Amino acid sequence: MKILVFVKQVPDTDDVKLDPRTGNLMRDGVESVINPLDANGVEAALELKEKYGGTVTAISMGPPQADDVLKKALAMGCDESVLLSDRALGGADTLATGYPLAKAAEKIGGYDLLICGRHAVDAETAQTGPIIAAFLGIPQVTLVDSVSIDGEYAVCRRVLPDRFETVRVKMPALITVCSEMNTPRYPTPINIMKALKKPRYVWNSRDINCDPEMIGAAGSPSSNKEIFEPPKRNTDTRYFTGEIEEMASAIADTLEAEKLI
Amino acid sequence: MSKEDYTGIWVYAEQEKGVLSKTVFELLAKSADLKKKLGGRDEITAVVLGKSVSGLCGELFSYGAEKVIVAENDNLAEYSPRPYAKVLTALAEKYKPSIFLLPASAQGRDVAPRVMCNLRTGLTADAIDLDVDGEGVFVQTTPNFGGNILSHICIKERRPQMVTVHPKVFSPNEPVPGAAGKVITEKVEVEADDCYTVTDVTPRVFEGKPISDCDVLVAGGRGIKDEGDLRMLSELAQLLGGELACARPLADCGWLPHEKQIGQSGTTVKPRFILNTAISGSVQYQAGMHDANCIMSINHTAGAPIWDVSHYGAVADYTKLVPALIAEIKRRKSGNG
Repeated sequence: MKILVFVKQVPDTDDVKLDPRTGNLMRDGVESVINPLDANGVEAALELKEKYGGTVTAISMGPPQADDVLKKALAMGCDESVLLSDRALGGADTLATGYPLAKAAEKIGGYDLLICGRHAVDAETAQTGPIIAAFLGIPQVTLVDSVSIDGEYAVCRRVLPDRFETVRVKMPALITVCSEMNTPRYPTPINIMKALKKPRYVWNSRDINCDPEMIGAAGSPSSNKEIFEPPKRNTDTRYFTGEIEEMASAIADTLEAEKLI
Repeated sequence: MSKEDYTGIWVYAEQEKGVLSKTVFELLAKSADLKKKLGGRDEITAVVLGKSVSGLCGELFSYGAEKVIVAENDNLAEYSPRPYAKVLTALAEKYKPSIFLLPASAQGRDVAPRVMCNLRTGLTADAIDLDVDGEGVFVQTTPNFGGNILSHICIKERRPQMVTVHPKVFSPNEPVPGAAGKVITEKVEVEADDCYTVTDVTPRVFEGKPISDCDVLVAGGRGIKDEGDLRMLSELAQLLGGELACARPLADCGWLPHEKQIGQSGTTVKPRFILNTAISGSVQYQAGMHDANCIMSINHTAGAPIWDVSHYGAVADYTKLVPALIAEIKRRKSGNG
């Protein structure tokens, strides 16, 4: 079985700030990590490989430093990685992101299962997976928390707000996975060493035959007019102070006054 | 084809088993507001797909639809991504709406990207506000980076301008009984997707009360360093007669299930009392809980945004303060206070 897993590099924080002078994101001192839900996707791919055999290719798009998340995916156990890196791909919206990722899958070819995290924690669009599936003309199963293989079919359980759905989908297919699905493994030191010897491909937009009008900012129907920090609410806060025991006692007094204890 | 050839506002009238999603009514109400701001010429059309769903038209008119397009086919009886996307694509190509709003529900977020990809247009995800700017451009507001940053997004040239909209950010209008409008019945041809079969459906059984129904919540956030620490938060919740909940990072890492997550991408709550523990208070989180009657927070960072919405606070290490608080409450409950 040939599995492709898509991973995104995201800032390791919810606490992103804007530079008050430029209005741009301040990225200094903020580490980049693999999108946590994509780590669940990598884990899912590796568990399927261990159970049914096959190979796992990790794919990302981004600047050269996005290779770090692919190294992580390789250290977890993926067999090879592909980084789509090209200035022409920059400034893309979701359509212009899904398109080159689908073109990369096309170039790799012969795939059975494509896996994405249910969303990325930075912009949370949850669109990239279904867009890749739409460009490739293959079915998608979103919000999956377990998957097994039965011949040509993947049997997936979807987590919906009020129910679980079991979907039997014919491969090739794309699934997006939930965090409840698994606990991503930690790369061991030996696997981190091994990762450096695995094939790591870097492709530009021409390598994957992208239509130049469909990539980058020019190929993006939507654009960001501005980014801004939300207006602050202002509640007067009464602070408890002193030693831990004093705070605990003052809090308990408040809880009593609020009739909670 | 220029963008001027596209007119009207569409609302995807998502239904399951003949019941319309409440978000549809919220979107119809907001459409009336957008129509006004856009000059009043755009017709508000609800689009409903299913097997025998024409009976829903009356309800859609009563909530503000001016026209309803009904696309019925046996193969649309249950939602399936590719047949639904195919029909919505064909209808949008035929009628050319300028704006196309969908609920940011499991179904809306599943189908919308495929439709936008087919139409080669833009799709703004999970908008929390919609407006028309001074130049008459339709603008969507979306949260990024956990809601600490908001974006204004617009789809300048391509049409329709597609948006999935977060549930409950707009209020529905009071329904007008007997309201009527034009019904267009579309005879659509669509094959079932034999690659995609739902073989089993099991209702979910939840542990504890849904957090939206709880009077008291104790919530943990990114600052909780050890999964085992959730036990003390749970104990504290029990002592206060409440339930444990969380901010997004704990749901993302799988320590608590998604249905325990407070915030815009989780559940909106309005408890009598909430204790936020090690939660910095992103805008998405605040949006999910700021209507609580009494908000108390424990956080070791004096400058955290959570203080902006907190009535009571302790700048402290939760690993020390929470056990001390549990001991103090137990002492008082046992009558030794």
